[in-house]
Amino acid sequence: MSNEQKKYIFNIKLKKLLVLFTQIFILILILFLWQYLSDKKIINSFITSSPLKIIKTINNLYMQNNLFNHIFITLKECIISFILTTIISFIIAVIMLYNNFIAKVIEPYLIVLNSLPKVALGPIIIIWIGANQKAIIVMALLISLIVSIQNLYNGFISTDKLKIKLLKTFNASSFDILINVIIPSNKENIYSTLKINLSMCLIGIIMGEFLTSKAGIGHLILYGSQVFNLDLVMSGIFILTIISILLYLIINTIKKAL
Amino acid sequence: MNLTNILNVNNLSKTYHSKNGEIIAVNNVSFNVNKEEFVGIIGPSGCGKSSILNIISNLDTKYKGRINVNKNIKIAYMLQEDALFPWLTILENVLLGLKIKKQLTKENKDYTIMLLKKYGLYEFRKIRTLAVKPDILLLDEPFSALDYQTRLKVSDDVYKIIKEEHKTALMVTHDISEAISMCDRIVVLSKRPSIIKKIYDINLENKSTPILNRESPNFTYYTIKLYGRR
Repeated sequence: MSNEQKKYIFNIKLKKLLVLFTQIFILILILFLWQYLSDKKIINSFITSSPLKIIKTINNLYMQNNLFNHIFITLKECIISFILTTIISFIIAVIMLYNNFIAKVIEPYLIVLNSLPKVALGPIIIIWIGANQKAIIVMALLISLIVSIQNLYNGFISTDKLKIKLLKTFNASSFDILINVIIPSNKENIYSTLKINLSMCLIGIIMGEFLTSKAGIGHLILYGSQVFNLDLVMSGIFILTIISILLYLIINTIKKAL
Repeated sequence: MNLTNILNVNNLSKTYHSKNGEIIAVNNVSFNVNKEEFVGIIGPSGCGKSSILNIISNLDTKYKGRINVNKNIKIAYMLQEDALFPWLTILENVLLGLKIKKQLTKENKDYTIMLLKKYGLYEFRKIRTLAVKPDILLLDEPFSALDYQTRLKVSDDVYKIIKEEHKTALMVTHDISEAISMCDRIVVLSKRPSIIKKIYDINLENKSTPILNRESPNFTYYTIKLYGRR
């Protein structure tokens, strides 16, 4: 390797590190400022809480109140709704792809359902299904399904027609075309749909837990706000952030494995 | 030449329907293709030449008339566009047809690799189709995207491969001299709705490769005759 090449590689690495350090620095700065301002009583820590108080609250939750139970419940609901969304929307998108009549018929319904604020259906869900975990999962499905179907379907129909024609010249069946062209050429689209599904499901679960729940992170946040314990609210949000980062990393690992 | 009739097109008609009305593209067309023969279909743009190939290759199943194919005769449509699948290797791309037809045996695979070695990677479009061992190859305007010089060269190559592998070919083109230089027989179609104007047997003196055929003394004779027909 020539010296110039070494220098070039070094510069690329340096820039990458610089970005990372700046990102970490900003995070630390915010946390530090937040803590400092609330220590000096410049901001009211009763309303804004503070990083140390959040850590203390989480520790308290851990000691007495079964922190992991809350996390586990929210995670479980999220994963169930994520898997259901992915499977159901995939099946519906494939049916729409192969049956133009069905696709045309349900298109306006999808558009209307998509623009309807799903949280408005909350009371109906609770009355029909009951104030339980099922209702929370249905809420998440309502929020994520339509977007997922539309994303997958739009990707499927924009598959390169020439590649499909090539397979047809070999008398390929619809299933052959799905497996050999449509899925592989939509890999990126499927992956980004999975990411969107994940965040949509998490939104739906928290929304559902706000409506009806006995445990879970959404329950913690709602409970905290009702008793005006902002430390608990902030802690809930902090845990939620960690959960979404973890889930994102899992999806990333799955993508690399595929 | 062995004159066994292997493909029979009988009274073929094709009508396209759209909101703005119907278009009769092909009207009562009949012709035969014999074994190891190179048959061309020429005619003005939009006269339904491609429709005929789509119907013979089963890409289009809505038509009137009858297509008779001899027993054990396999037809393959040779796609001229790359249509490469970037997530597959070049070998996997070439073997795609065999995979779809579930004929990915060791023997067929070796045959395909032999073809690749013989003709080179650049010919993957033809080898992709030849891999499924078709008897009749359908070619739709195979050289239309190429510049003139490349066109001459590639038509020579395609001709060579088809003759060496003892295949039968049915080619659609709008280039009269290309058709004369390659084909044994030319079906001339009229404007839409296309009927057969005439079928010419091309008997060039010292028949060899397409490029050399263009120098044949009676090449011009056929050119004038076919231009006159249009």
